[in-house]
Amino acid sequence: MKTMLAASAAVALLLGTAPALPQAAATAAATAPDLPYKAVPGFFKTPAGDAMGELQGVATNSKGHVFAFFRGPRTRLWEFDQNGNFVKEIGKHYYGFLFAHSVRVDRDDNIWTVDEGTNVVTKFDPTGTRVLMIIGHRPSAALGPEATAKGPNPPDGKYTLCRPTDVAWDPQGDIFISDGYCNNRVVKYSPDGRFLAQSGGSKPGKGENEYNLPHGLQVDHQGNVYVADRTNNRYVVLDNNLKWKTAYTNVGTAWSACISEGAHQYLFATNSNPNGNPQGSWNRTGQIYKMELDGTVLGKFGHAGKLAPGFQVVHMMDCRDPDQLIVGEIESWRMQKFVLSGGGAANGNEGSK
Amino acid sequence: MKRLATLLLAAAFLLPATAKDIVYDGAEPLQPPADTFMGMAVGVATNSRGHVFVYTRNGDPGITLGGSRAFARGGSSLYEFDQDGRFVRQIGKQVYGFLAAQGLRIDDQDNIWAVDRYSSMVMKFAPDGAVAMLLGRKPESVDVPAVQAGGRQMAGAPEASGMTSDLFEGPADVAFDKDGNIFVADGLGNARIAKFTRDGVFVKSWGSRGTGNGQFHTPHSIQVDAAGNVYVADHGNGRIQVFDNNGVYKRSITGIGDPEAICITRGPRPVLYSSNSNPADDFDHGGDITKLSLDGKVLARFGRAGKRLKEFGGVTGMDCRKDGTLWLAESANWRVQKVTLH
Repeated sequence: MKTMLAASAAVALLLGTAPALPQAAATAAATAPDLPYKAVPGFFKTPAGDAMGELQGVATNSKGHVFAFFRGPRTRLWEFDQNGNFVKEIGKHYYGFLFAHSVRVDRDDNIWTVDEGTNVVTKFDPTGTRVLMIIGHRPSAALGPEATAKGPNPPDGKYTLCRPTDVAWDPQGDIFISDGYCNNRVVKYSPDGRFLAQSGGSKPGKGENEYNLPHGLQVDHQGNVYVADRTNNRYVVLDNNLKWKTAYTNVGTAWSACISEGAHQYLFATNSNPNGNPQGSWNRTGQIYKMELDGTVLGKFGHAGKLAPGFQVVHMMDCRDPDQLIVGEIESWRMQKFVLSGGGAANGNEGSK
Repeated sequence: MKRLATLLLAAAFLLPATAKDIVYDGAEPLQPPADTFMGMAVGVATNSRGHVFVYTRNGDPGITLGGSRAFARGGSSLYEFDQDGRFVRQIGKQVYGFLAAQGLRIDDQDNIWAVDRYSSMVMKFAPDGAVAMLLGRKPESVDVPAVQAGGRQMAGAPEASGMTSDLFEGPADVAFDKDGNIFVADGLGNARIAKFTRDGVFVKSWGSRGTGNGQFHTPHSIQVDAAGNVYVADHGNGRIQVFDNNGVYKRSITGIGDPEAICITRGPRPVLYSSNSNPADDFDHGGDITKLSLDGKVLARFGRAGKRLKEFGGVTGMDCRKDGTLWLAESANWRVQKVTLH
């Protein structure tokens, strides 16, 4: 405990900030400029008579198609085209879907889902018709109750996950998984799905190489790993071998991370307003920060709110193009598209406008 | 290729000098219908026409809340594919006993036998897919959350091992002798083998939980050779026990890891394949398959745990009807792999 305290104190000293408190204010809020942004209302057309639920996961592929992973009466994965028209449902009645958490698309356009009900990460082919690999294990109902955040959990296994939250890849195709609500770690696998390393473990903590609800992660082109360490209110940066580098503690609640594509990559960080909208929470939370990978805050945009274009507990973003963001929210059951300008040099990404 | 050579080399060191290397290929030829995924494939078997049947945990297992009890339904499917892997049909779509697929075998008359771990039933389907005979009874209701590995209290079944009935507790596999007698490895909750006549009349039951000869720890897979001897993959005890047709202990085969799926080939010179299946939480050990003579001599060993083709993940079901071909249901990889031995 003493070392843990010492460690967090050291981090705080290093970064020149006070240790994070629950629902910590985003200290960058006062100085970060507001970035001009515009909502694109009604962009996504849901099929008549059908509805989306809690939007846990949003992602785009290289063609601009958008994938929405949400909790309805069943957990479902929908594909929209680049104009927001519904294309199809993927994985209907798939055994790996029970309680959605994240969807991501890799550089080969394979679709990956992270499900925290089945504890399974699935790699689908780009058409979503074939399962190429799974990581994790869905316990049979015959084997007894599944682990929960409150119940006794099995120790962190190399190939079993405990309410995993997100998946990402480095340029070599190595797989990184944040795991999750009942483990508290980041796991690295080879492209073939073989365990390589982990940072953290089954127990939560707030020191270096410790996490408390690692809720999302991304990897940059250099292979560095950015972890949204939610309950610790910080974004942790690890090198490719999961060695601790630094943490950004000035942008709030750290629910989800997104790193854009292109030559100059940006980090988007959510200061999501908490579930249940406690009184006053909208004054402290709700915006999204645009940052350089080194942690320099470039600006912020958006605000908490029930009605569009407000954010109602942002759960995940897609920022393949840093000027066009797609945002999935939990409590409003919606997915919104935004056009963003300013904050950083013109990125010169192909197809970014 | 280099990696493969290293692998084979590594495997060779573990084997007696007489054991041969096996060159083999792996493929995933089965094509489920549109909007359907293989899910956790647990049982696989072929019939005399080369059609491939898969019993798998997929779909949505559900619990309906009643006034005072909860009722389990669905969650597993039985599919038939032709010899080229094309989907033919789904069998038993509305069957009451499909909860958690476990075993699948096809007898000499092409009847399809599905073993369900959660409903504790062995279900025989005629070749046309109609229910032909049922062993065991699905518990009426379930506890929510499910009872942890303590056996089922809810159906009022008597205390487990050796009970003289067809009330199973977590059955794993079924096999037949040439007279059609039925042998059930009752296996994952109980620790016994139960024998029935071809008409389903209870004959006898043997075994209890333990490590001695004739005792079992999770007997996972069962086969009968042409002479009527019964081979039981005694998974938790790391051995295959061989019994005569009446359950009299004859010998044990060891040195094959923890056998979870076994298969005896047909024809005049039968051999035994045994899978040292890795559990879903460990892909860094085991996973190899051993080829043995029926008297237990190791002939070859191949493969290891992994998620690529030619690697194996939690093999639970194995079919070896066709010489040189193994169909493997991989419960930890959620796929069915066809292995061709050269």
